[in-house]
Amino acid sequence: MSQASLRIQKISGHSGPVPGAGTQREEIVCKLVDTTTCIGCKACEVACVEWNELPFSETVFDNTYQTMPETRWNYWNLIKFDEHESDDGTFQWLMRKDQCMHCAEPGCLAACPADGAIVQYANGIVDFQQDKCIGCGYCISGCPFNIPKFNSHTKRVYKCTLCADRVSESLEPACIKACPTGCLHFGTKDDMKALADQRAKQLHDHYNFPNAGVYDPPGVGGTGVIYVLHDVTKPELYGGLPADPHIPWMVKLWKGPMKWLGNFAMIAGIIGVTLHYLRFGAKNVEEDSESGGKR
Amino acid sequence: MSSTRAAFPAVGSADESGNILRYTLAERVNHWIAALSYVYVLLTGLAFWSPALFWMTVFLGGGQGARDLHPWFGLLFAASTFWMYRVWRNDMQTTKADLAWKAAVQHYIRNEDEDLPPIGRFNWGQKQFFWVMFYSVIGLLVSGFAMWFVEKIPGSMLWVRGLAVFVHVVCALFTIGAFIIHIYMGTAMVRGGFSSIIRGVVSPAWARMHHRLWYEEVTGQSRGKSRHDK
Repeated sequence: MSQASLRIQKISGHSGPVPGAGTQREEIVCKLVDTTTCIGCKACEVACVEWNELPFSETVFDNTYQTMPETRWNYWNLIKFDEHESDDGTFQWLMRKDQCMHCAEPGCLAACPADGAIVQYANGIVDFQQDKCIGCGYCISGCPFNIPKFNSHTKRVYKCTLCADRVSESLEPACIKACPTGCLHFGTKDDMKALADQRAKQLHDHYNFPNAGVYDPPGVGGTGVIYVLHDVTKPELYGGLPADPHIPWMVKLWKGPMKWLGNFAMIAGIIGVTLHYLRFGAKNVEEDSESGGKR
Repeated sequence: MSSTRAAFPAVGSADESGNILRYTLAERVNHWIAALSYVYVLLTGLAFWSPALFWMTVFLGGGQGARDLHPWFGLLFAASTFWMYRVWRNDMQTTKADLAWKAAVQHYIRNEDEDLPPIGRFNWGQKQFFWVMFYSVIGLLVSGFAMWFVEKIPGSMLWVRGLAVFVHVVCALFTIGAFIIHIYMGTAMVRGGFSSIIRGVVSPAWARMHHRLWYEEVTGQSRGKSRHDK
């Protein structure tokens, strides 16, 4: 991966073709998060804040180990802690690293109206360009993972960049670098999927996790962050990971059929009144002096 | 009607040349506050609506500026619309005369106005325009607040965020449809309408042709005296 991996293949709010689309033979990059070997040490949280030089953020104590309820504009990587008691009485302490999922079909990018404020690089990383962001918050409505966060001072939206700066220099993301247990992996999407499948099979065959599996939701075209879960049938247990994420259908409707219908209606309206004028013309009033009025 | 001229004459009063006041100064000022604020939210809204129109933000305050100002102009437009509601609420109720007029609306469209039944200060179409705008503004206001403070809506209510955008779009499209017809009729089709919302007055002949019941009401002329019924 080189600087060229920052060539852009999708642009928000952009009409017409995209300069970098299909111009490059580029591997899609991917993070693999193995929740079964995460120990919740939060080294990834610290590494993220350090590498990205984010201003420190006050933590919120809610009687769990979780740093704060959800990610923030200056806190892009958060371990979600959940205590779960199964029907058979066994107890699990679930930990999941939450961050931008870098969807292949990003809802934020689809919803964004500002040309170039959200881009997807040829390596699959979805990145916000704050200089072009207008702060409308449509990305917040378009994201099924509740990731983009608004900064009310700068009036821009921020999120995990998948360390696009590091990746373009052939370095792994900071969170991956910091992980002490090896539960975080980074590589090409194909390699990470193979590794994840292998781990899920191991959990299934040897560790009595019959529902172990890989979370790579097809509703958003697959993601640039994939999870190995003990129970892939219940992703909600892991800090509310959506079971079937997709771009909200209201947003799809708005950006798809509504746009065509609306444009058609507006143009038809203008053509309609023009035709009316050409056919029937104006209503003129025959002035008279009977009532003394003059115009 | 008073024969001496007041500083702020009432609707229906005649000026020294015999023209009839159709819109008071307050109504005109408010109309233009609504019109200008609507045009701003329309253009910025269209820029956010379609990437092909995003370039318009260049002369609307830039992308960030347009996004900052859009909700404030929206509030101004809503306030102005609610003021119209306060003042015109009674005038905008559909009457029996309106229903008769509505049944003959094809004559209006074909400019066969002599075949139309007489109507009051506003015709059925104007009343429809008003109510489309009024109810759309309510929808735009509610959904607009949700979009303005989208980050305040909890992540567990993602559907509210999407719904707000959708409602905003649908209501905006209704207003745009109404706006196109309103502009066309107010400027090109109904001659005299545009000057009436600027200077406030219409000629007696205009009032008699377009709003005969109103004309008769404000001039005190019975239908028997009207030229049309002779």
